[in-house]
Amino acid sequence: MAVSEQVIFQYSTPGRGASDQWPAEEGAGALEDLPAALRRAAPPALPEVGELEAVRHFTRLSQLNFSIDTHFYPLGSCTMKYNPKACNQYAMLPQFLARHPLGPESHGQGFLECMYELQQMLQEVTGMQGVALSPMAGAHGEFAGVAMIRAYHRARGDLERNEIIVPEAAHGTNPATATMCGCVVREIPVDAHGDVELEALRAAVGPQTAGIMLTNPSTLGVFERHIEEVARIVHEAGGLLYYDGANLNAILGKVRPGDMGFDVIHMNLHKTFSTPHGGGGPGAGAVGVGARLLPFLPVPLVAREGERYRWLTEADLPQSIGRLSGFMGNAGVLLRAYIYMRLLGREGMQRVGEYATLNANYLLKRLQEAGFDAAYPKRRASHEFIVTLKRQARELNVTAMDFAKRLLDYGFHAPTTYFPLLVPECLLIEPTETESREVLDAFVAAMSQIQKEAEQEPGRVRSAPHTMPVRRLDDVRAARQLDLTWKPTAPP
Amino acid sequence: MAFIPHTGADVAAMLSSIGAGSIEELFDEIPATLRTRALAGIPEALNEMQIGRLMSERARADGTLLNFIGAGAYEHHIPAAVWAITTRGEFYSAYTPYQAEASQGTLQLIYEFQSMMTRLTAMDVANASMYDGASATAEASLMAVRANRRSKSARILVPQTLHPHYRRVAVNTAHNQGLRFEELPYEPAGGLTAAAALERYEGEDVTALLIQQPNFFGRLEEVDALTDWAHAHGALVIAVVNPIALALLKPPGQWGRRGADIAVGEGQPLGVPLSSGGPYLGFMTARMEHVRQMPGRIVGRTLDVAGKEGFTLTLQAREQHIRRAKATSNICTNQGLLMTAATIYLSLMGPQGLARTAAACHARTRELIGALTRVPGVRLGFAGPCFHEAVLLLDRPVAPLLKALSARGIAAGLDLAPYYPELGHALLVCATEMRTQADIEHYRASLSEVMQAARAA
Amino acid sequence: MSNVPADLKYTKSHEWVRALPDGTLEIGISDHAQHALGDLVFVEVPEAGRVLAADEACAVVESVKAASDVYAPLAGTVTLGNPQLTGEPQAVNSDPYGSGWLFRLKPAAGALAAAALLSAAEYQKFLDAEAG
Repeated sequence: MAVSEQVIFQYSTPGRGASDQWPAEEGAGALEDLPAALRRAAPPALPEVGELEAVRHFTRLSQLNFSIDTHFYPLGSCTMKYNPKACNQYAMLPQFLARHPLGPESHGQGFLECMYELQQMLQEVTGMQGVALSPMAGAHGEFAGVAMIRAYHRARGDLERNEIIVPEAAHGTNPATATMCGCVVREIPVDAHGDVELEALRAAVGPQTAGIMLTNPSTLGVFERHIEEVARIVHEAGGLLYYDGANLNAILGKVRPGDMGFDVIHMNLHKTFSTPHGGGGPGAGAVGVGARLLPFLPVPLVAREGERYRWLTEADLPQSIGRLSGFMGNAGVLLRAYIYMRLLGREGMQRVGEYATLNANYLLKRLQEAGFDAAYPKRRASHEFIVTLKRQARELNVTAMDFAKRLLDYGFHAPTTYFPLLVPECLLIEPTETESREVLDAFVAAMSQIQKEAEQEPGRVRSAPHTMPVRRLDDVRAARQLDLTWKPTAPP
Repeated sequence: MAFIPHTGADVAAMLSSIGAGSIEELFDEIPATLRTRALAGIPEALNEMQIGRLMSERARADGTLLNFIGAGAYEHHIPAAVWAITTRGEFYSAYTPYQAEASQGTLQLIYEFQSMMTRLTAMDVANASMYDGASATAEASLMAVRANRRSKSARILVPQTLHPHYRRVAVNTAHNQGLRFEELPYEPAGGLTAAAALERYEGEDVTALLIQQPNFFGRLEEVDALTDWAHAHGALVIAVVNPIALALLKPPGQWGRRGADIAVGEGQPLGVPLSSGGPYLGFMTARMEHVRQMPGRIVGRTLDVAGKEGFTLTLQAREQHIRRAKATSNICTNQGLLMTAATIYLSLMGPQGLARTAAACHARTRELIGALTRVPGVRLGFAGPCFHEAVLLLDRPVAPLLKALSARGIAAGLDLAPYYPELGHALLVCATEMRTQADIEHYRASLSEVMQAARAA
Repeated sequence: MSNVPADLKYTKSHEWVRALPDGTLEIGISDHAQHALGDLVFVEVPEAGRVLAADEACAVVESVKAASDVYAPLAGTVTLGNPQLTGEPQAVNSDPYGSGWLFRLKPAAGALAAAALLSAAEYQKFLDAEAG
């Protein structure tokens, strides 16, 4: 792993550049018709570096990262499974890359056929009646979903329904989305075993209820056992059920959200369907709906008419919540998800949930045997589970964050820490189905070793990491003395 | 299968550790009535050889057209190094850089992106990117309502010269929060936002004014006057800009006397392929005083415990994972991979390369306008300079002509009839540095022929 | 054990209130609250002239891991927001009852009598009960 790399502006030399990449200079007078008042006075101070300098700089930067291709990455709730290389290669065929989003449908039939089939396959695995592909991330899909719930109630003249119920352990995006849709949020508790408290739900629903947002398996890594009852309570109160697809990998091929009673769902294609996370995106947050919400799907959608495929727009779907993206969303990501689904096929799709669950339950069991505490010891793990280090924090003054940082020294990316907030000193661990038993065993060995260190030389764990490009960073300084852009004279 | 490495022996040993008789048993908490029986609608698996053949066939079916469409997505040269590096597994398969020590590569890259975008737009701060230009415009409108505390109206003025899709996305994204978008007409001769259109807002509470430069018609708006009008009336200015054009055009931070308050745009021209519309990246920059109202991720430079410089996500208390219902937005992702491509692209182009690219786009577009307006029945829609797009007015409906031209391998532009019916038979065309004189001549000759054929028919 | 000065009044949302000689009130957050939030990196205080209802969210305190609203303990008009906190949010951590005050308020007529403020002893008891 590279140790450090200076900021690219520090390589800059006036007059240098990757000139092999530039078009020829235009002759004098090329810009004479542009009014001087609208022209730029001085060129933008971008770095001036040669091509090899740039290639080395960015290659070295890449070497400062952990990634799935280089490290086990058991981040709970993020589904960091292998991203097959074929998905990238065939989504980047030159004709796909060259196609203009507003180009004629006659020269996009191959692409549109892929999108249509993707809609159909996603509909099938989720048990929904219709799918729209355009939302560009999970949170964007959530927005589409809640906006459809609002539009549905409004179309029925049911104008008072503006409250969204979320369990207290929900992802932060759920309440944030509700707010973006102009709704108010009501949180309800979960019980000691991780299930929604039904009495609290019954007390919460009413004529103001627009719907409930649920993740199942929940963010606590366990399946919501009363889901049928939850659906009944919310539906009887006139609300709709929103399925947050963050944890769809756990149940892929085993249970379908549509069969559980959900009216709308978003799928994180960058989790369950293995499109790359890319250091924070692009994602893709396709939405699926039951019959009641079909007219409200965001546009564009792909329709098949005979042997031809075409886009559907607001003109075809007058009740649609409309377009949410400049064009059609993250098309290239959707192609990768399509290729992944075709590679897996029916049987592979069913294995995903099975082996993700097998790996999680195996890892949980091995960690328990090594002396770690499960947050919900009486429950099956879904595709992920929570270990709580409350005891270590109390007895050894070594926290979940310390364990997480020390894992980096052992060559493992840290699990999700301090989410969900409900469980003190938690590590949310999701191994995914693509990891081998040997990798899981090595992770257990590292955790055991860190536990030993925490007992014998806790300072070593508290001050971890020791072998990474940087040690722990001063977040308070970062926020108090904002340094957000490079300046030649900026003090570090 | 399914990229699962387990052998039969692995499964048996793991189940024995767990104390379960079968994998099926691990699902015993799920009510039996809910269990999926079959996924009849999913086809059988393909292997990599088969998927390769299938995708190649579909790609071939699409073919490749000689492209003259812009309208928010532009075909530019992409240096080979951009995607060779961007698709490295260390960037491609990494997560959001929450564990800073294991993500310094991504974090430093975001810091460099923020630095380049603020320099390009002449603004103070940038975020790590948004979904696309349209959604960034919507988010900027929401941000302006939070940032402009003197205004109570949540009223955003939107010129009709702003990309029609952006206008729709802004309304669809923000109307549930009570924002009102009021459209400003353009003056029909020049295709520019009419100063007269602003007069009716004298003395009224306006939260923000959106200004696209170059505008959707390719024309250059009077950004200084519009910006000063907005500021004089207590409104913020949201600039919607094209990053390539900024190599030559006055950056938003220098518009009018005070500069724009927020600048957003589509980052696709910076090394990202057209790819049917995505993934692209929206960018957003702003004045420092508004940084806490910005949505999305922001990276800052700081020190580690040993005093070494490093990078970390900062100002996270704005974001959904901390502030939940009171977050600035529900956004969590940025378009990390595309931002990586854009940063590498800007490094390779530098100030000179970007300026040459912008100048070449402008020159080719002038040549294109010159060539096409020589065709009988074609004239320029708006008087005055364009940047790298222009509206042409034809003497007959555009759609059949586009169809005929696509059959000849040309994506000849965007028919504006669905968006601006008042313009009649209007066609938006674009030429970037990728078009040669031969391409332009081919388009001219083809257009001439199909128009003659249409006239004869 | 956090510091709870005896001469101040408190709220269950962890604000403190000090009566100033000129009849206005000075308001901040308690030592317990600043400790729970951790190192503050940003504080936003209300502008002078803003009219507040009782329990209205009127200031924000932010650390790197949390953000919290501060509520008006009673109705009134803001006479001053602490200008020092923009550049020095850490004053709330180092001196929560002194230089880390957030804003001053001229109470609305009858507001003081209507507000159910806690004495220091009552607030301490409340903290003890919360800690379980």
